[in-house]
Amino acid sequence: MRELDYVRASDVEEAVALVSGDPDARYLGGGTNLVDHLKLGIARPARLVDVGRLGLDGVEEQDGPDGRVLHVGANVRNSDLAAHPVVRSAFPVLSRALLSGASGQLRHQASTGGNLLQRTRCVYFQDVTTPCNKREPGSGCSAVGGYGRQDAVLGASEHCVATHPSDMAVAMAALDAVVVVRGRQGERRVPVRELHRLPGDRPDLDTTLEHGDLVTGVELPFTDAARCSTYLKVRDRASYAFALVSVAAALELDGDVVRDVRIAWGGVAHKPWRATAAEEALTGRAVDEDAVRAAVDAELAAARTTDQTAYKLPMLRGATTRTLLRLAGKDPS
Amino acid sequence: MSTRTSTTPVTPRSMGTRLDRVDGPEKVTGRATYAVESAAHDTGDPLHVWLVQSTVAKGEVERLDPAAALAHPGVVAVLDHTSAMRLADTDDGELAILQDPRVHFRGQVVALVLAETSEAAREGAALVEVSYREEPHEAELREDNATYRPETVNPAMDTDTEDGDVDAALAGAAVLVEQTYRTPHEHNNPMEPHATVARWAQDGTSGEVLDLVDSTQGVHGVAQTVGPVLGLEATQVRVRAPYVGGGFGSKGQPHAHVVAAALAAHAVRPRPVRLAVTRQQMFALTGYRTATISHVRLGADADGRLVGLEHRVQEQTSAVKEFAEQTASPSRMMYAAPARRTSHRLAVLDVAVPSWMRAPGEMPGMFAGEVAMDELALACGLDPVELRLRNEPDLDPETGKPFDVRRLPDCLRRGAERFGWADRPREPRSRRVGDWWVGTGVAAATYPAMKMPGNEARVTALGGGRYGVAIGCVDIGTGARTVLTQIAADALGVDPGAVDLEVADTRLPSASVAGGSSGTSSWGSTVVAAAQRFREEHGPDPAAGAEVTASAAKSPAETETANHSFGAVFCEARVNRWTGEVRVPRLLGVYSVGRVLNPVTARSQLVGGLVMGLSAALFEESWRDPRTGHVVTQDLASYHVAAHADVLDVDAEWLEESDEAFTPMGSRGIGEIGIVGTAAAVANATHHATGVRVRELPLTPDRFLS
Ligand SMILES: Cc1cc2nc3c(=O)[nH]c(=O)nc-3n(C[C@H](O)[C@H](O)[C@H](O)COP(=O)(O)OP(=O)(O)OC[C@H]3O[C@@H](n4cnc5c(N)ncnc54)[C@H](O)[C@@H]3O)c2cc1C
Ligand code: SF4
Repeated sequence: MRELDYVRASDVEEAVALVSGDPDARYLGGGTNLVDHLKLGIARPARLVDVGRLGLDGVEEQDGPDGRVLHVGANVRNSDLAAHPVVRSAFPVLSRALLSGASGQLRHQASTGGNLLQRTRCVYFQDVTTPCNKREPGSGCSAVGGYGRQDAVLGASEHCVATHPSDMAVAMAALDAVVVVRGRQGERRVPVRELHRLPGDRPDLDTTLEHGDLVTGVELPFTDAARCSTYLKVRDRASYAFALVSVAAALELDGDVVRDVRIAWGGVAHKPWRATAAEEALTGRAVDEDAVRAAVDAELAAARTTDQTAYKLPMLRGATTRTLLRLAGKDPS
Repeated sequence: MSTRTSTTPVTPRSMGTRLDRVDGPEKVTGRATYAVESAAHDTGDPLHVWLVQSTVAKGEVERLDPAAALAHPGVVAVLDHTSAMRLADTDDGELAILQDPRVHFRGQVVALVLAETSEAAREGAALVEVSYREEPHEAELREDNATYRPETVNPAMDTDTEDGDVDAALAGAAVLVEQTYRTPHEHNNPMEPHATVARWAQDGTSGEVLDLVDSTQGVHGVAQTVGPVLGLEATQVRVRAPYVGGGFGSKGQPHAHVVAAALAAHAVRPRPVRLAVTRQQMFALTGYRTATISHVRLGADADGRLVGLEHRVQEQTSAVKEFAEQTASPSRMMYAAPARRTSHRLAVLDVAVPSWMRAPGEMPGMFAGEVAMDELALACGLDPVELRLRNEPDLDPETGKPFDVRRLPDCLRRGAERFGWADRPREPRSRRVGDWWVGTGVAAATYPAMKMPGNEARVTALGGGRYGVAIGCVDIGTGARTVLTQIAADALGVDPGAVDLEVADTRLPSASVAGGSSGTSSWGSTVVAAAQRFREEHGPDPAAGAEVTASAAKSPAETETANHSFGAVFCEARVNRWTGEVRVPRLLGVYSVGRVLNPVTARSQLVGGLVMGLSAALFEESWRDPRTGHVVTQDLASYHVAAHADVLDVDAEWLEESDEAFTPMGSRGIGEIGIVGTAAAVANATHHATGVRVRELPLTPDRFLS
């Protein structure tokens, strides 16, 4: 581990100035991802700027530009956010997604901003002795032709087939959350669906943020669909495992017919994957097993699988069907 | 000098009772120090050692440049094959590190960095520049490359066996099951990673040159192995292992890091060094269970009686050191088939050295054999419990000897009763509860009862009715300290509180490894021998200072009978109809293991074995990338072991029993049998739940989705 400076910023302006002015500086949230990276040699910053004491700890209802939102400060811990009464009642998908992630200790430590910006768990990315385009641009992608059980089936490129590991971000994608960012140019709002990017030929870039951009919070718009929402995570063991695939879904019915549906998938792409083709296929229809399967297949038309990832398609079909039938109040069993 | 002493059965007083762990308070209050925390060498201001590992699977180190590492603040030295001490014996390819530029597997130790802090050592290791002349390698086990026939398989068994005309028997069988079963590489992953603290004392006044505190399953074994490698007599190596956080076989013999610590300590003698292996490094350096491919053929008559049995195993060893797992061994003694054939063939690969892992041989072998028996039961239209009962042998099929105790039928019947087996629908895929297909499965378990040679114990009267009992064995967390205290107390006829037990130091009388489920049998019999001899020589009221050192003579069972423990594992599995996820709400093992000496520590072993078997059934797999020879799932986030949420109703029960023909305590050994058969019971239950037969571990959700 390289020796480094540690600075605790006292306000947002100072934090942004410290990091944007120094290409070797990084923000430190709860540290549950970044500190591992320091030990493993994946990240070698010269300076860490701790953003844990910037006053970004509130969860408050506000009027946003497009209506009422719940504003979540970037430093709110995953466990606090999951337990928040408004989150539990108005955004159950988010609470469930958070609780399905990591372990109790990690959730107490992990921050909202850090969770959004955690990096892939691709085993080659995490091992500096193997080539990886994300870690070392141009060195090659070891995952192609290698261990691929966790790899992407949508939106991957020949340069990178990694998946984004966050459960929380999948729920936020389904909720059309907006990330509030402070950069050198001041504050801007980035829809969470536009925060993470597909790898293309620049897998080293996880997000559309620039160096020095600080996440200060996330806004969750109140909707009827969000109230009727849930998260299903499929994994090998019953807890403490990253998703093989996951489904975040929110549903508003008009009688029997879908008025508004949001579906986001985890474990399938370099970013939380909003299944818009599936949403379109379902809108205006009744929710039944055949309709959901057809909708999922519409989304998966673009999927590319290998021997190791082929299982993700039937798993997505099953998980999505089960989730939507439950939300529609139809006991699937 | 010790005398070989015949023992008489010990009347149980403390044995069989729930004595609390004698080292419990130290452990729960954090006062128990594990190897890397040991203060033994603190006064010598220890340096920290970090291992530099090869990044190619085969070839030679071309150039190793330590300059950048040496320039890093805190780094004191870099050792490589040009600068490390020459070893006296390089026959053991795993231990012969830093002697030449050859690279035999990816992750091999190619240099050591010594520094004032652990952080500086680690950074120094990252700064050592190594270039290699790479050669083509082979790192993948396949059916077409596992063709090498070893001379023997572990520990010294026949590679192949054949009794009767197997082909004719199978050709004439009314029912035939012919299938291939696979188990993956598995890594032991004890809670405490391997670590060694070493100090090389130049003056040899006490006759000791190298002083080690090591995380090992046997201190004498370490001294006997690394002594000659370093050119020392075993007596010149002192090894201590006061507390060990698990081993599961991976600490059964010293691996390269112990030699690395010794070489580092030699370079800076008399300054001590501290070497902690990281979790990731364990995946290359501290052993693992080989993957196995089992080709099984079972032939039976119309009533389900086996007429022929074949178990051909393919597995791997490493080019640098041979290790031949005895995977087919349980098929040699399990069931009464008149014609039987077993064989082992290995792929010799450019990979890290396989080693012992809990129930080597039995664990993968019984997965294959017991899933095959389940398939045979279905093919014969028989209940799987009944099929096993019909194939009970009268004599051990392998040796022709009578069994010492063989109570598999009792285990099956008792387990079936407690589990509620009678209500089970015969047809697979006949029960669904909500999102889950529900099924049950059974498998048999077995493990040989063993005693190891090379044990001595010393009993000393301390005065005031107290006794010192000393034997150099290691308590790796199993509770050996506690159980040996109970055995010594009963053998001496005193309260456990009157016994001061000393263990885990080569200065104490010699002890065999904590492995092969042989520890309590071997050490306990020895302690009994010493105690009984002590009473013979010194009577009930000995003078303070009276002392006897003794070893135990063989018991009659060791030569006259075939000695094995048995068990039956019952499992309920649920498979999610939407996602393929597998969960195990119920797991029960019923065992015949001789007398249980302490129900608390025994339960930990048996339930722990069941949990480890469950973990292997559902999750564990080390994925070696054939392109690099590297295990890429090298941490506990990608190498999954069972989490708490996976371990629901897991229980173990044992039959009332005392095997005094085998040991004077009546016990037989319990450390490994819990993992045996468990994965088969889970696989059989998932088949019963879904109708999908999975013949390869682990049983991950993808295997149940079509
Ligand atoms: C064993 C283990 C299991 C896990 N399992 C799961 C799981 O099942 N599901 C899941 O979703 N996650 C899982 N995680 C990941 C965990 O959720 C993340 O590590 C955590 O959310 C990161 O938050 P943090 O605050 O600790 O981030 P940090 O480690 O502090 O930071 C992560 C990144 O975000 C940057 N950053 C932090 N805060 C800000 C900010 N305000 N603005 C801009 N940049 C910032 C940092 O510079 C860094 O690059 C697991 C982690 C571990 C170690
Ligand atoms: S998939 Fe992406 S992260 Fe993984 S090795 Fe390839 S480039 Fe690196």
